[in-house]
Amino acid sequence: MPSLKDLRNRIAATKATQKITKAMQMVAASKLRRAQAAAEAARPYAASMEKVLGNIAASVGTLEAAPRLLRGSGNDQVHMLLVCTAERGLCGPFNTAIVRHARERAIALAAEGKEVKFFCVGRKGYDQLRRQFASQIVELVDLRAARTLHFEHAETIAKKVIARFEKFEFDVCTLFYSRFRSVIAQIPTAQQIIPPLFDTKASDALGGAAYEFEPEAEDILHELLPRNVAVQIFRALLENAASFYGAQMSAMDNATRNAGDMIRRQTLTYNRTRQAMITKELIEIISGAEAL
Amino acid sequence: MAALHFEFVSPERVLFSGDVDQVDLPGVEGDMGILAGHAPLVTPLRPGILTILNGGSREAVVVIGGIAEVGPAGLTVLADRAVARDEFDTAMLAAEIKDAEEDVGDATDDAERDRLARRLEQLKTLQAALAQ
Repeated sequence: MPSLKDLRNRIAATKATQKITKAMQMVAASKLRRAQAAAEAARPYAASMEKVLGNIAASVGTLEAAPRLLRGSGNDQVHMLLVCTAERGLCGPFNTAIVRHARERAIALAAEGKEVKFFCVGRKGYDQLRRQFASQIVELVDLRAARTLHFEHAETIAKKVIARFEKFEFDVCTLFYSRFRSVIAQIPTAQQIIPPLFDTKASDALGGAAYEFEPEAEDILHELLPRNVAVQIFRALLENAASFYGAQMSAMDNATRNAGDMIRRQTLTYNRTRQAMITKELIEIISGAEAL
Repeated sequence: MAALHFEFVSPERVLFSGDVDQVDLPGVEGDMGILAGHAPLVTPLRPGILTILNGGSREAVVVIGGIAEVGPAGLTVLADRAVARDEFDTAMLAAEIKDAEEDVGDATDDAERDRLARRLEQLKTLQAALAQ
C-alpha cells in the first residue's frame, strides 16, 4: 500500500499537470480568437477568387490554348495529396483526423491502380504518414519557424507544388486540411486544387454575355492560376490554424477536467488511508491499555 | 444614377463592400473608370491608385497588384496588397523599387527582363504619382 507521503506527492503532481493544461487552454483560447478572425477574413477573398476564375474559365471554355494548370494534364494517373497539419500535438484528434482522411483517400486511389504521392505541410502529418507511406512522401514543408502565417508562406508552397506539376510529376493535386466550423467542430476537408474544380452554376451567372479581356484571356489566366493555388493553400493554412487552436482548447479543457476528477479521487483515497491508519493506531492503543 | 456594387477584398480582409457611384482602376493597359452597367470585363491591375467616388466624396487607395472583374453583379477587385493613400509607407515602395531594379539586372532571358522592367516602370510611375 502506498504511504501517505506517496499519496500526497501524487496529488501534488496531478495538481501541477492541471495547472499546465489550464494555462494551455487559456493560451489556446486567446490565440483562437485571432486565428478565427484571420480565417474568416480570408474566406471572402478565396471565394471571390474562385468565382472570378470560374467565370473566366467558363467563358474561355475548352480552349486548346488554356494553360495546363486550368484544364489539367489530361489524365489522372498520378495523384498528389497535399496534407496540411499542425506542427504541434496536444490538440486531441486534430492531426489524426486530417491524416486519416488523406490515408483513406490514398488507399482508395491505390486500389484503383493510381499512383499516390504525398506533399506534407506540418511535421505532425509527416510523422504519421511516414509509418505507412515513407517512400511516397516527396516533400515536407516545416512551418514551425513561422510565428504568424503570411501569404508568402502559402506562395512558397504553391510555387513548389506548381514546379512539380510543370515537371509532369503528377496529374491531380488535392489539398487536405481541417475546415473551422466552430470551437468544437472542425471538419477534415479535401479540396482539389489542380486542376481546379468549379461550380458549374457559376457559368450561368453571366447570362450568356462574354467577358472582355484586357489583355488576352490567356495572359490573365497565366497570372491568375498560380495565384489561385496560393490563395487556396493560404485559406487552408488559416482554417487549419483556427481549427488547431479550437481542437487544442477543447482537448485541454477535457484534460483539465480529467485532472480535477483525478484529484478528487486521489484526495478520497488519501483521506481514507489516513483515517484507516488513525483507526489502526487507536485500536493498538486501546488493546494495549486493556492488556495491562 | 444606378449604383455600382463594389467588392474590394485583399487576402487578409474585406476592405470595402457596398454601393458606390464610380471606381477608377489602374488597369495594366491603362486607367479606367467603372460605372454601373459596365460590360463584363476582366483585367489585372498594375501598382497604382484606385479611387472610389461616392456621392461627391473621393477615397484613394494604393493597390499593389491584383485583378478586377466586372460582372452582372458588379465590380470585384481582388488586391494583392492595398493601403489607404494617407497611410501608405513610401519607404516600403522605395525598397520595392530597389528590389525590382536588382531583379531587372539579374534577369536571364529577354521575356523575363521585359516583364520586370515593365513592373519597375509601373512602380516608378506610382512613386511619382504619390509624390505630387
